[in-house]
Amino acid sequence: MSVATQDTAIRTGRVTRTFIYVFLLVFALFYLLPFLVMVLNSLKPLEEITSGNMIALPQDWTIAPWLSAWSTAQIGVEPTGLRPYFWNSIKMVVPAVAISTVLGALNGYVLTKWRFRFDTILFGLMLFACFIPFQIVLIPMARILGELGIAGTTTGLILVHVVYGLGFSTLYFRNYYAAFPTELVRAAQIDGAGFFQIFWRILLPSSGPIIVVCVIWQFTNIWNDFLFGASFASGGAAPMTVALNNLVNSSTGVAEYNVHFAGAIMAAGPTLLVYIVAGRYFVRGLMAGSVKG
Amino acid sequence: MAAADTRADFRTRMQNWLPKIVLAPSVTLMLIFVYGFIFYTIYLSFTGSRMLPSYDWVGLRNYENLFRLSHWEIAITNLGIFASLYIIICTLIGLSLAIFLDQKIRGEGFLRPIYLYPMALSFIVTGTAWKWLLDPGIGIEATMQTWGFTEFTFNWIKDRDMAIYTIVIAAVWQTSGFVMAMFLAGLRGIDNEILKAAQMDGASNWSLYRRIIIPQLRPAFLSAFVILSHLAIKSYDLVIAMTDGGPGRATELPATFMYSYTFTRNQMGIGASSAVIMLMTIAAIMIPYLYAELREKK
Repeated sequence: MSVATQDTAIRTGRVTRTFIYVFLLVFALFYLLPFLVMVLNSLKPLEEITSGNMIALPQDWTIAPWLSAWSTAQIGVEPTGLRPYFWNSIKMVVPAVAISTVLGALNGYVLTKWRFRFDTILFGLMLFACFIPFQIVLIPMARILGELGIAGTTTGLILVHVVYGLGFSTLYFRNYYAAFPTELVRAAQIDGAGFFQIFWRILLPSSGPIIVVCVIWQFTNIWNDFLFGASFASGGAAPMTVALNNLVNSSTGVAEYNVHFAGAIMAAGPTLLVYIVAGRYFVRGLMAGSVKG
Repeated sequence: MAAADTRADFRTRMQNWLPKIVLAPSVTLMLIFVYGFIFYTIYLSFTGSRMLPSYDWVGLRNYENLFRLSHWEIAITNLGIFASLYIIICTLIGLSLAIFLDQKIRGEGFLRPIYLYPMALSFIVTGTAWKWLLDPGIGIEATMQTWGFTEFTFNWIKDRDMAIYTIVIAAVWQTSGFVMAMFLAGLRGIDNEILKAAQMDGASNWSLYRRIIIPQLRPAFLSAFVILSHLAIKSYDLVIAMTDGGPGRATELPATFMYSYTFTRNQMGIGASSAVIMLMTIAAIMIPYLYAELREKK
C-alpha cells in the first residue's frame, strides 16, 4: 500500500475529527466482533452459549471444543473431527499452488519477452477465464474427472485448481515482467544465453515480490474454495471448507456451537496466518487482480 | 562443417520454438477446460439431458422452461436484491472508510488490516460466524434480551421476507474492506496541487470532495462495480453456509439453483441453461472492462 508522502490539502476541525475517529472505530468493531465472538465462544462450554450471552467472556474456560473439533466431532457419518480434512487441504493446496505459480511465471515470461502474433488475444482469453462463473464448467469437469479416474480424489482437485488458477498467476507475472527492461533480455540473447538461461539468471532473481504475491493469492483462493471441493471431493478427500460446512450444517444431534466456532477458526487459521505475516503482499495481489496497472 | 551448421541451425530454430512450447500446456489446458467446457455446457443447455448428459436436441425448450419456473424467478429476484444492496452498501462503506482514513489518521496502519482481514477468510467461515450471530436463539437477539432489552427481536435469518438481507450483511462484512483499499489507492493517487489551488479559491471540504476528488475516483468506482457484481453473481458458498437457500427458498440464488437442478434434481438441461445465463451476465460486464484494460496497456 502506498504511504501518504504529500501533505493532505484537506483540513478538518475538531468536531469533524472526533466524528471521523468514532466512525472508524465503530467500523473496526464491526469487523472484529464476529471473529471475537467465535474465539470467545469456542472456549466456553455449550450451556454458557445456549443460556444466551454470546458477547460475554467464558466463565469456565475450556479447550474441549477445540479438541472435539480437531479429532472427535462427527463430520458426515464418521466421528473423525476435522483433522483428516485439514491434511486433505494441505495436500491439495501445496502442489496446486506450486504448479500454477511455476506455469504462471513461465507464461508471463513468454507473453512479455517472446511476443508473437495474437499473444494479447491469448492473454485476454486467459484473463476472462479468471472471472467465469464456475457453474459453467461443473458438468463437463465432473465427466472428465470421472473418465480420468480421479473423481473424488485430491489429485482431481489439484488438477482443477491448477487449471482455474492459471489465469491469475499468468496475469500477475505478465504485468510484473511487462515492466522489466526488455533490453536486458536482448543483451543476454546476443551474448548467447538461451531461453531458460535468461529466465533463470535474469528474470527469476528479481521476481521475489511477485512470487510472494502470487503464492499468497493462490493459497488463499484454493484453501478457501468450496464449490469445487463440494462438487468433486465430497467424501473422504473433502477439503477443510467442505468438512466445516458438514460439521456446522449437519441436521443430526444437538448443534454444538462451540465446536463449530473452533472448527471455523481452524479453517480460517492458515489463510489468516498468511494475512498477518504477509498482509502487504495479500493486498497487492487483491489490487492487481482488480485494478490492473 | 556442414554438420556443425545444421546443429547451430537446429539450436536457433529450437530457441524460436521454445517459448511456444513452454506456453503450449497452459494454452491447451485453458482451451479445453475453460472454452471447450463452456461450449459443452452451452450445447447441453439445448439438449434434454436429465441425470446424465444426452444429445437429443430440444432447441430452446430448457430456456423456456427455466423462465417459467417460480424457483428461477425467486433466484433472479433475490440476485437483483442482493447484488444491488451489496454493491451500493459496499461502495458507500468502502468510500467513507477510505476518505476518513485519508485524513492523516493516527493508527491508520493498525485500522487498515482490521478492515481488510475478512477478505482472507473463506465464505464458509464467514457464513458460520454470521449464521450463529444472527440466530435468534443464541445470537444478537438472545444477547440483547439477556442484557434486559426483552422486547428486542432480530430474527431476519428465520424470516422468509428478510433472510436475503442477512446474506447482504455477511457479504458486506467480508468485502467492504477490500473496496476501502481500492478507493484508498485511488485517493492516494490524486494530485494535491489541484486540491490546494481549489482551496485557495475558497472551496469547502465538501465541495472539494464532491467536485474534484470523487469525480477523479471514477476508475476505482468502475473497478469496484465490476468486481462486486461479478462476486455477487458467483455467490454460492455464503448462502450454503448461512441458510442453504432457506427458509424455504427465500435465499435461493442462481448459483444454488444451478447446483440443485443439475446434481440433485437431475434436470441437467435446465441446470446447464441457468449456468449459461450466469456466464452471459458476467460476460456482459467483464468483457468490455477487460477489453478496455488490455487496450490501455498497449
